[in-house]
Amino acid sequence: MNASQLLPLIVALPLAGFLVNGLAGMYLPGYRERKNWIGWFATAMVFVPFLASVTLFMGLEADSRPVTYHLMTWLQAGSFTSDIAWRVDQLSVVMMLFITGIGSLIHLYSMGYMKEDEGYWKFFAYLNLFIFAMLNLVMGDNLLLLFLGWEGVGVCSYLLIGFWYKDMEKASAAKKAFVYNRVGDFAFLVAMFLVFRHVGSLQFDAIFANLDGIPADAAFWIGLLMFIGATGKSAQIPLFVWLPDAMAGPTPVSALIHAATMVTSGIYLISRMSAIYVMTPEVMLIVAVIGGITAFVAATIALTQTDIKRVLAYSTVSQLGFMFLALGSGGFIAAMFHVITHAFFKACLFLGSGSVIHAMHHVEHELDHHGKHVHFDPQDMRNMGGLKAYMPSTYKTFLIATIAIAGIPPLAGFFSKDEILAMLYNAGAFYQPVYFVLFGLALVTAFLTAFYMFRLTFGTFHGTFQLSKRYPEAAGAEKYLHESPWHMTLPLWVLAVLSLVGGFMGFPDFIVQTFGNPDAHSNWLHGWLIGGIAEYDLALAKPVKWTILLASTALASFAVWLAYQRYTGDRAAESDAALQRGLGGAYRLWSDKYRLDEIYEGYVANPILKLSDKVLAVFDLKGIDGLVNLVAGLTNFTGSILRYAQTGLVSGYAMYLVVGVLLVVGLLLF
Amino acid sequence: MDLLNLSLYLPLAGLLGIWAVRRNESLVRWVTLLTTVLAFAASLPLLFNFDISRAHELQFLTEGGRFVPDLDISYLVGLDGLSLLLYLLTTFMAPIVVISAWDSVHKHVTGFHSMLLLLQTGSLGVFAAQDAVLFYVFFELSLIPMYFLIGIWGGSGRIAATLKFFVYTLVGSLIMLVALIYTGYDAGHAVNGGVFTSDMRIWTGAEYQIGLVQQTWLFLAFALAFCIKVPLFPFHTWLPFAHTEAPTAGSVVLAAIMLKMGTYGLIRFVLPMFPNASEAFAPLMGTLAVIGIVYGALVAMVQKDVKKLVAYSSVSHLGFVVLGIFAMTTTAVQGAVIQNINHGLSTGALFLLVGMIYDRRHTRMIADFGGIASSMPVFAVMFMVATMASVGLPGLNGFVGEFLILLGSFDSAALGSIWFTVVATTGVILAAVYMLWMVQRVFFGPMTHDENKSLTDLDARETGLLIPIMIFIVWIGVYPSLFTGYSEGHIRHLLEQSKLKAERVLAATETAALPAWARDLYDATEDLAATK
Repeated sequence: MNASQLLPLIVALPLAGFLVNGLAGMYLPGYRERKNWIGWFATAMVFVPFLASVTLFMGLEADSRPVTYHLMTWLQAGSFTSDIAWRVDQLSVVMMLFITGIGSLIHLYSMGYMKEDEGYWKFFAYLNLFIFAMLNLVMGDNLLLLFLGWEGVGVCSYLLIGFWYKDMEKASAAKKAFVYNRVGDFAFLVAMFLVFRHVGSLQFDAIFANLDGIPADAAFWIGLLMFIGATGKSAQIPLFVWLPDAMAGPTPVSALIHAATMVTSGIYLISRMSAIYVMTPEVMLIVAVIGGITAFVAATIALTQTDIKRVLAYSTVSQLGFMFLALGSGGFIAAMFHVITHAFFKACLFLGSGSVIHAMHHVEHELDHHGKHVHFDPQDMRNMGGLKAYMPSTYKTFLIATIAIAGIPPLAGFFSKDEILAMLYNAGAFYQPVYFVLFGLALVTAFLTAFYMFRLTFGTFHGTFQLSKRYPEAAGAEKYLHESPWHMTLPLWVLAVLSLVGGFMGFPDFIVQTFGNPDAHSNWLHGWLIGGIAEYDLALAKPVKWTILLASTALASFAVWLAYQRYTGDRAAESDAALQRGLGGAYRLWSDKYRLDEIYEGYVANPILKLSDKVLAVFDLKGIDGLVNLVAGLTNFTGSILRYAQTGLVSGYAMYLVVGVLLVVGLLLF
Repeated sequence: MDLLNLSLYLPLAGLLGIWAVRRNESLVRWVTLLTTVLAFAASLPLLFNFDISRAHELQFLTEGGRFVPDLDISYLVGLDGLSLLLYLLTTFMAPIVVISAWDSVHKHVTGFHSMLLLLQTGSLGVFAAQDAVLFYVFFELSLIPMYFLIGIWGGSGRIAATLKFFVYTLVGSLIMLVALIYTGYDAGHAVNGGVFTSDMRIWTGAEYQIGLVQQTWLFLAFALAFCIKVPLFPFHTWLPFAHTEAPTAGSVVLAAIMLKMGTYGLIRFVLPMFPNASEAFAPLMGTLAVIGIVYGALVAMVQKDVKKLVAYSSVSHLGFVVLGIFAMTTTAVQGAVIQNINHGLSTGALFLLVGMIYDRRHTRMIADFGGIASSMPVFAVMFMVATMASVGLPGLNGFVGEFLILLGSFDSAALGSIWFTVVATTGVILAAVYMLWMVQRVFFGPMTHDENKSLTDLDARETGLLIPIMIFIVWIGVYPSLFTGYSEGHIRHLLEQSKLKAERVLAATETAALPAWARDLYDATEDLAATK
């Protein structure tokens, strides 16, 4: 079998999974009960593409031409043509590997997590559809097919956030996600129009071959608009507010869509278009600044949250900000590196939180079963504590992932974050001093990250179980705590191992060069991707790189130590209170999430709604339609006057005739 | 009789059939259904036998004799790439509409179905007629049954609504009639040996050119008639009333077929006959279209009645079509042509769905629902697909037209600015807002009304009539080039010819003889003087 023939197979299987489970589930009530079959089938429809992606990967070399497959012409009108065709290069295959790989794990995990849900079949159908859309996003050989995937993942995200649609809050969160994404999509569309105007095609190969045809100002606008598109999908300022609310969806969805894959689409898009971005340093700086501010803002909010999933959500926004920092400083590969490592440890963290929530639900259920109706928030970490004794696998994997995200060597997050910091310093040294400021901001954020993540881990797993203390009725509830089934812990362990060793794919050259061969290239990922990405050269001297590495390690370690001091041994509540006192107004701003939702609602959404309701809708009825009625009324009125002329008396008409004749004669005479 | 005429007049024959069985309501329904199914079957070979390579020529042409000996008004019907799909959309929707009314219309059943059949011949005739007078006759013929459909089988405000619909449309078409008669004589003098002619091949042909001043007046007359029909902002206010008061079948035909007569007329008459005026007025038309897109969406957002919301969404969607037409690039006009079909399918589906819920609850107020996805899951899925098509999700049909229109208008010389496109593109955000917000309030959340708990899901009849539409919503979304291929050659040819004609008209114009406003409007000052 030819490698290119794998491409339609990879795309078709998840689609088939969606159709089979979706249609059979909708029309055959009996089918819905065959949960084992549904789950395994859906998982296989992602796992086989994973194996195919591995095969593709093995067949590719760092300098191979892309593998392509042309299915058919999609849109054709006038001078515009766009195909349904896939193009897999070194960048796409990396994305495919972790989309299908982590996707498979999360499908497996969901078989445990969603076991009791009546919408089980629907859930797996949506998940498969998501994988289908996500694969098109990264495999499409043109911007339009990428956009199909881009919107497709948006719809799946909408459907899955609102999966438990009977809860209005969840349905609202789903709509919010879709609308904020659409704001970004608007910019993406206009960017495509500009690309087409200057290149005459939306195909990647054509774009890259015609970069000379794109004038500088067009490059600026294309870059900026695509970035705005990315701020929607990848949750950056000003459009990030949908992501924390998106946690309303089932936790496997948060792990797969809102942490590991979909939200990194924006980073993929910009890396894919890196050739255009390096043409426009202004946009690069904008990307970096927005990324830096988002990283910091989200980290400060994460510090104040007590909902375990919300902490992780803000952490995701913050880490995505790191990726944009990397992109903006010319570190496209560094950004992709962080995309991958983040997928490992953040998916692990979310699935771990799911395991915890699952256990807490079980506690609530058991208490209920024993006649104790205690209503508590199973996602609130203040109700947890001491879970490590009851959930050892969850604890260990969660801890490993936390160490990884905190940037402690030699775990995955350490290497990718270090590369980002180096690229930032590099950009400051060689391109634009403002990047030094961003470098500083990134260091502060890295410190905050280590701190809030360990606050979460210690607060959840260390100390003693708080629920029984907070609710007298729940005394002794810890006996209901239990570890999750293997469906759920196996994916946790796989992801934990990846979080442990995943960083070595980008092991920095300079470390090996310091101790061994001065020309060594240990950064495999860099070598793999450099062919298709316009990465800036990392030209810093070795001592500078060592200093950055050691400084960031020291900072992260210090943050861990601080968190250990404050959040172990049941001290979480008092430490939070102390933090609140110490930070005062800043803390309030952070815990209010900078009041962005209120600002958008108050200054954008409500005015538009009011304008439409009180002005436009009224204007439509009274203004425009009023005018129409007025014209009709005037006609009516004229008719009613003239009616009196129509007397029906012949003598009258005869008189009109005479008067008329006299008038005409008179006019002719004078 | 050839298949075009057969499918065109079968509904009239069905009328006789209905009359024969008028005492038996059930038979009346069956005869109507059979007629529309046969008409659809008769129209299908037209699609298969259509020669795409000659898409710009009339095919299946019937050239009958003159109606009046001294005037060149004749029975002339045929289809080309522009009208073919609209013709088939009409025959395709007819059986669906009949089935949709199966259980919901019980008043004057015979009359109702007679009106449906009359309406069908009228609508088909509009798309098939190639003689302007014949076109006009069909155009008016389709108006009358719709007037009765709304006026007799409509809601509580039906009389006012149908009167507004009728009079408004009639005012437009009467003005068009005047312009039509003028054009007939003018074309007769210019290229037909002094004999009045309403042969549209002559009207739109290369030889017949209209001077700039006459073009202006004729453009305004024709465009007004069609823009009322579309309806283009600010001529749209009859639509929400007509839609809300009309019975489901009426709304579906109105949205899917009748509104398309307006946009069809713009492409059929206005672009090729008045190329200079079309270009000169393109920015104005573009502005109205873009206002319609945004304004329609904003007003849709705050509607409390689902049907009214869908009606205003039509104003927004058809704004896209008009924008595409006056962008006057092949890509954009092609987008407009396919968007015509797409809007017919997805909005038609939405009106059918709204009708189904109305049959159950006798209300369409958003506030009366909430959480009904749990009692009507299949209904919810169908509604969601139609919604996603309506908001332009790639992979479904709505995206195809919208994208081509926006892309094609971005570089339009006629519009002359990218801002039309940029502002129109905000429509993708607004569409998501008003549709998904409504969906959320109707389908999601807890069940707040007890009446909704006992709602029954769609039955086989209802599912069955929706599935064909759903198939096309997906099919056109995935494989649009199959459908756009029919009109591609026609539109390309039409725009090329219009451009040539516009140049020839300009070249033949004595600039000095033009009134000042015309010189300004057509930029015919120094440029022309210089070229002479």
